[in-house]
Amino acid sequence: MPDYASLLFSEVLKILMLLIPVLVSVAMIVWLDRRVWAFVQKRRGPNVVGPFGLFQSLADALKYIFKEIIIPASSNKVIFILAPIITMTLALISWAVIPFSEDFVLADINVGILYLFAVSSLGVYGIIMGGWASNSKYPFLGAIRSAAQMVSYEVSIGIIIINVLLCVGSLNLSDIVKAQENVWYIIPLFPMFVIFFISALAETNRPPFDLPEAEAELVAGYQTEYSGMMYAMFWLGEYANILLMCALGSILFLGGWLSPIDIFPFNVIPSPIWLILKILLLFILFALVKAIVPRYRYDQLMRLGWKVFLPLSLTWVVLTAGYLMYFDLLPGN
Amino acid sequence: MKIKRFFKTILMIDFVSGLLIAIKESFRQKKTINYPFEKGFVSPRARGEHALRRYPNGEERCIACKLCEAVCPAQAITIESQERSDGSRKTTRYDIDMLKCIYCGLCEQSCPVDAIVQGPNFEFATQTREELYYNKDKLLENGDRWESILAANIKADSSHR
Repeated sequence: MPDYASLLFSEVLKILMLLIPVLVSVAMIVWLDRRVWAFVQKRRGPNVVGPFGLFQSLADALKYIFKEIIIPASSNKVIFILAPIITMTLALISWAVIPFSEDFVLADINVGILYLFAVSSLGVYGIIMGGWASNSKYPFLGAIRSAAQMVSYEVSIGIIIINVLLCVGSLNLSDIVKAQENVWYIIPLFPMFVIFFISALAETNRPPFDLPEAEAELVAGYQTEYSGMMYAMFWLGEYANILLMCALGSILFLGGWLSPIDIFPFNVIPSPIWLILKILLLFILFALVKAIVPRYRYDQLMRLGWKVFLPLSLTWVVLTAGYLMYFDLLPGN
Repeated sequence: MKIKRFFKTILMIDFVSGLLIAIKESFRQKKTINYPFEKGFVSPRARGEHALRRYPNGEERCIACKLCEAVCPAQAITIESQERSDGSRKTTRYDIDMLKCIYCGLCEQSCPVDAIVQGPNFEFATQTREELYYNKDKLLENGDRWESILAANIKADSSHR
């Protein structure tokens, strides 16, 4: 029996060692987002709480914790409470398969990318449940929009991932990174990287694709009826998802934990730092896009997803497969 | 023309140039001030918190003519007056409901002795409504506190009065 107890304890410890840094960096990333947004607009952004305002998110979180949770009388209470929990849980469990270095990964499963894809597909449930259970018009419309949007862009993200998998020959995320030892996939698959980036924006409901929570039309979309800690959980889940998409982008295209060049000052920096730097770079791009691009109209969003990205990525799959076949470069041969 | 537009869209020329501008502009001088620590310019004509002024010898300026009470469009001012022992007419009550006040500045303009003025202070938010029902003591205290700035502002603006 004590064996099981110590095993359980060590596993829980490992999970906490991953989750706590992720949650802290989610808080930091919210600050970074607001700061970058402010800088582009020549404002100062949050700069009062702590050094450079770094603790702003913690102050916000404290505020949310002490606020009253209001549950609408006409809502379906169980589902209403379940929705933010599902959103946050799904956003956090996907981190289990992200490899931070060669041997620093919580669950080194051989279908890591499939797992990630499945979990991020489930993410839409939190939003639909929140919108439906609120029993109010704006959350409902926001949830419908969000569901349609996430499903549409999931398709093109899936096909882009197929491109990468064709080159790697494995579904394991560590293998995907190791396969990029010589050349990062951003170079041969650059158009796919661009499409992946834009689809990731749509997938995480970031501007310019933040139609589910378009303030001018839908107040706050599916979050309208939420308050206090439940709102904060939606908000944490959303940013954890954004961070996850950045991590996925850096693993699939930017060589994960690998250093850009294998020469002295670069290869002594520990590998998790490289991954974090790449995630940060992608996230700053996310934040810059939020600051410069106006919101898409709903039909434009759907047109982009189904009529541009889907055919483009499908064509690229055929091209990649043909190229690999013709030059006999298929992995595993 | 169509081909040119096609390539412009595919290569995302507009997006990339916008991104470059955004990066360039984000390192420029900020347009906002660091508010609670650094304050913006306040005009001498600013219509902020009210104050009742005194003459340099400490005598209240207000002569209870009630012109401000009459002119106040929001009827925020309440004045009661009595003859003092030395025969001068002075207020016994001078209340301003700062929540009714619309900060139009008519009281200041109507005052024949520059007694009621609106100063440069705009940071007088309170936790409760009751604190914003100003009475004579509060207004005179404001006048004492801001007198140097109030006098300078009236002097600076005197050519326009």
